[in-house]
Amino acid sequence: MDNNLRNHVLRSLNAGLRFDNRKPEDYRSISIEYSISSNAEGSARVKIGDTEVLAGVKFEIGSPFPDKPDEGTIIVNAELLPLSNPEFESGPPNIHSIELARVVDRGIRESKTIDFKSLCVEKGEKVWLVLIDIITINDAGNLFDAAALAAYAALQNAVFPGLDGDKINYKEKTKKKFDLMNIPVSVTVLKLGKNYFVDPTNEEEEVADARLTLVSMENGKLCAMQKGGDHPLTSMDINAMMDLAIVKGAELREILKKQKKK
Amino acid sequence: MNYKRKDRNLDEIRPIEAKAGIIKNADGSAMFRIGKTVAYAAVYGPRDLYPKFLQDPLKGVLRCNYNMMPFSGSGERVRPGQSRRSREISMVTEKALLPVVDLNDFPNAVVDVFIELPQTDAGSRCAGICAASIALADAGLSMKGLVSAVSVGNLNGTLVVDLDKEEEDIEGEVADIPIAMVKRTGAITLMQMDGIVEKDQVMKLLEMIKDACGKIHDVQTKALKEKYKGSMDNGDEN
Repeated sequence: MDNNLRNHVLRSLNAGLRFDNRKPEDYRSISIEYSISSNAEGSARVKIGDTEVLAGVKFEIGSPFPDKPDEGTIIVNAELLPLSNPEFESGPPNIHSIELARVVDRGIRESKTIDFKSLCVEKGEKVWLVLIDIITINDAGNLFDAAALAAYAALQNAVFPGLDGDKINYKEKTKKKFDLMNIPVSVTVLKLGKNYFVDPTNEEEEVADARLTLVSMENGKLCAMQKGGDHPLTSMDINAMMDLAIVKGAELREILKKQKKK
Repeated sequence: MNYKRKDRNLDEIRPIEAKAGIIKNADGSAMFRIGKTVAYAAVYGPRDLYPKFLQDPLKGVLRCNYNMMPFSGSGERVRPGQSRRSREISMVTEKALLPVVDLNDFPNAVVDVFIELPQTDAGSRCAGICAASIALADAGLSMKGLVSAVSVGNLNGTLVVDLDKEEEDIEGEVADIPIAMVKRTGAITLMQMDGIVEKDQVMKLLEMIKDACGKIHDVQTKALKEKYKGSMDNGDEN
């Protein structure tokens, strides 16, 4: 790690400053654009500052898990494209893209925003599989929160295709949409020295001691967490990070609600 | 024989749009849209090339990677990762761009070109080449010209420019011929074909494509000028 950079970021944060003039608890400007790919059943583009992420939803018909014969499921995949960051390499998903996909998956799954029982077509035989792909276009930090927002927005945008017996008719657009509940929102809080801050840039991510991604729901409860970074956290840290994540989560949720009305 | 198009002439391309500098992290980048096909391209480099045996001590290496996003196609999800198709397209894209890029000053280095398609409706390799060409210029590499690409074809005897997916899927004696051209020299740097076509038809199509490539070239140039507006007062046409 670059110690000079760490000291510089740390000194700024100690004075309540960041390189781009934000306060520790400020996000960069967020924009959400729906239906960005006409061949996807649902899609969205999320920008947080210079970070840009796409998400697309495709459907498949599959068989249910034996222990849950009347439930469909979601499958989340993330691609850290080499197009989006000079550090990313081509090839099969590495641990970073796997972690990103799994944390987004948990937020959606555990919030029960989708009732998996509503994805059942024929009990024990046929269920909808919802395939969510997250694609990075420009990584300027905080992919976790951008990816979670994009995935949720793509679900908001998704329309079920038609179903002729066993086969999906992708040309047919039905009126069926997801009945989304609880609106899970991911907020990643970083710790450096004694400072907590959100929405890190690449530099801030590089030098942070630890991060904690918290997915909260509309009722203020949490539905997924993931700690990252090399340093440990104290229970006091976690207390403060949860407070920050719930407050910021409520703000991001308002953006999702407002966007949807447009 | 009497194939007609609803919304455009037989020798007319779909609406096109281009933008340079869409990805901040990249050294050069561009978006190119033709009809419902959208391509993003990002250029990274010249930068170190590993493993070392891939290096060329005489000049830089151009490396292209073409990829469809999993949700970009109509119908089933496209599995992520390379396929035989995407590897072939990556290779012919390299060959299409290499003749205009001067890499003599960068021995042992690589220029990476990543082409990503968020939405496709036929003509994706051509759209990728158009975007990549803008991105290479945006990255500041010295180039002999911009490469413009579009497909032409034969639909049961009717010659057309810029096939969409519906036309590609027409049954019968049908040919799809993606072509890339350097407008400035007329050089053809990509040519593929599947289907059935006569020699005379190919020659006619090679004439028809000039106008289409000219239009694409104009939009590519405009995108670059737009990005460098103010910083370039006496801009060269190419």
